Amino acid sequence: MGYAAERMVFAAIAVSVFVLLCGCSTLPGQTGQFVPPLRTYEATVKAGRPHMLEVPDSFEGFNRGVYRFNYYFDEYFFLPVVRTYEFILPDYVEDRISSAVDNIGEFGNLTNNLLQLKFKAAGITLSRIVINSTVGVAGLWDPADSWGLRRRTEDFGQTLGRYGVGHGSYLMLPALGPSTIRDTVGLAVDTAAFSFAGPGAWVDSTAASAAYSATAAVDKRHRIPFRYRQSGSPFEYELLRMLYTMKRDYDIAD
Amino acid sequence: MKRPSVLVLLLGCLCLTRIAAAAPQTYFYPFVNPYEATVMELPEFFEVRLPEKVPTRHFTLRVFPEREIPEVFWYEDGLGCTLAYQDHEAPLVFLIAGTGSSHTSPRMVRLQKAFYQGGFHVISLTSPTHMDFVVNASTGLPGNSPDDARDLYRVMELAYRKVRGTIKVSYFALSGYSLGAFNAAFVARLDEEKKVFDFRRVLLMNPPVSLYDAVSSLDRLLVENIPGGTEKFDQWFRDVLAKLSWVTKDMGHMELSGDFLYNAYKRLQPSEENLAALIGLSFRMSSANMVFTADVMNGGGYIVPKNLRLTPSTSLTRYAIVSYGTRFVDYFDELLFPSCRQREPGLTRQALLERLSLRSLEPYLSSAGKIGLIHNEDDIILMPGEIDYLRGVFGKRARIFPTGGHMGNMLHPQVVSFALDFLTGKER
Repeated sequence: MGYAAERMVFAAIAVSVFVLLCGCSTLPGQTGQFVPPLRTYEATVKAGRPHMLEVPDSFEGFNRGVYRFNYYFDEYFFLPVVRTYEFILPDYVEDRISSAVDNIGEFGNLTNNLLQLKFKAAGITLSRIVINSTVGVAGLWDPADSWGLRRRTEDFGQTLGRYGVGHGSYLMLPALGPSTIRDTVGLAVDTAAFSFAGPGAWVDSTAASAAYSATAAVDKRHRIPFRYRQSGSPFEYELLRMLYTMKRDYDIAD
Repeated sequence: MKRPSVLVLLLGCLCLTRIAAAAPQTYFYPFVNPYEATVMELPEFFEVRLPEKVPTRHFTLRVFPEREIPEVFWYEDGLGCTLAYQDHEAPLVFLIAGTGSSHTSPRMVRLQKAFYQGGFHVISLTSPTHMDFVVNASTGLPGNSPDDARDLYRVMELAYRKVRGTIKVSYFALSGYSLGAFNAAFVARLDEEKKVFDFRRVLLMNPPVSLYDAVSSLDRLLVENIPGGTEKFDQWFRDVLAKLSWVTKDMGHMELSGDFLYNAYKRLQPSEENLAALIGLSFRMSSANMVFTADVMNGGGYIVPKNLRLTPSTSLTRYAIVSYGTRFVDYFDELLFPSCRQREPGLTRQALLERLSLRSLEPYLSSAGKIGLIHNEDDIILMPGEIDYLRGVFGKRARIFPTGGHMGNMLHPQVVSFALDFLTGKER
């Protein structure tokens, strides 16, 4: 409990710092007389037909600030930590950690499959938890997968989407990356459920919870090969936004 | 009856071994469809073996220290290069990346390893069409080959200056693939005047003959292969992505790189149209990056309004949409050619087209014994008849493979061994 409260205070401070840092959305400056370009947006796009790159993004100035922050955060903090983690541990151990983190995360998959009335997937998830926690030695291995019980990932953002809640606006989260209003709410609910009613509440140790959170975060970044600014595109922000929201739509539909 | 048959068998075997010894090793390539060959990576089994890791060093060049980088490119701080170094005296080869590729693109990394393994120091250079180069090292609009060659040459001089204290170089060589090979031809000619490196060997891998023709055909791949035409692009893209999303569910992530798209797409059963459209799309995206960046760096007026100062938080979405809707040939006709004509008032469009072609270097290329060529008969960036033209120009210095598409066979053992033999002067 104490740990969760601490995290919330930390989150509140972090958010206010980010608002200060990134909220100063500046309008493009003008250095002389405005001359329209030869190729214009109006001539390219048919009226009334939004382009696929045009994802609702009410906080774009802020989001671009966070995107920039994330680039530096990754470059100077997160990735060095991940690299150290990868340097110290053999691949085999890293895979065991990933597997264990996934097993603990099945709690969210189970509740969200149930909330979406996907009883078969919920049954599979429950079987996976039982098998992997026992035969798989506390989830270090994933024997259920080789028995044909594939992981059925669902989160509360998807659950909301399933019941017709739209993306809202796109939202770039500090350190965590692309999200939307809906998915951020989903993440908050999943995190709260995990801390107060799930595995987080079953362990009465602040240190253990903190160790788990840190490990899960590093493990997650370790598994995502995306690196900011490696696309070589000045439109990486747009591409990321489009691909993220499209991907979420597919995840919800299936 | 038994003896004669044994004798026949023995004789037969002898003949066979003699034939086998006389004939050159046959070239086998698993993909006969040029689009497949271009997109699909060579299965590992057919590929040359490369070391897991080679000694490399990344470094950054500030080509124009006085240059003010526009705020919108806040992530740009110098042009990155990679050096792979031998611990003894060795030749140094400069390797130029293809359209829109950086020095760290997967293909560049693998080629660097292949050349390192062949005994070279290697300096990998980002393509002059990549935004990093345009922002940090271009003097004008990218795509004008003689200018690009001067910009590249400047970068090479700075890069060598940066590393020369740490490596021992016996002689210099130059290579590149695709547009990078095209660039290399112009750089080689420039080197004949400047003589800073005095390249002993230059190897062009899968260059286009005419830049304009090649980019037009790549653009057509996109435009002509979307079912229902470009009007239906959204639908097609969502469809491809939906399939991809299904395929990548296991991988648990998505990436923005072309290589990733290809790898994931490979798992589906892609039609020839889809493969062609993907090649076209990948090209269009690279060219859009270049066009937007070049416009911003040159004061705007084409994609972005003149006199507009873009900041890190300015939305670029509308410019992205316009850029993705701009073909390379539009850029040529509407920006590059007018800008060249402003510098040279008498210049005609035709004259510029001819300049941006290997044909403009023909007397040099046909007489320079140090320049070699690797190409494929079914390369999709060549126009009909161009492969014979190249054969005529390069003669014995050309090695043309029957299949392989556009660079699909680049790491085929026979391609690599020809490349290394030529660069070390051991070609047969």
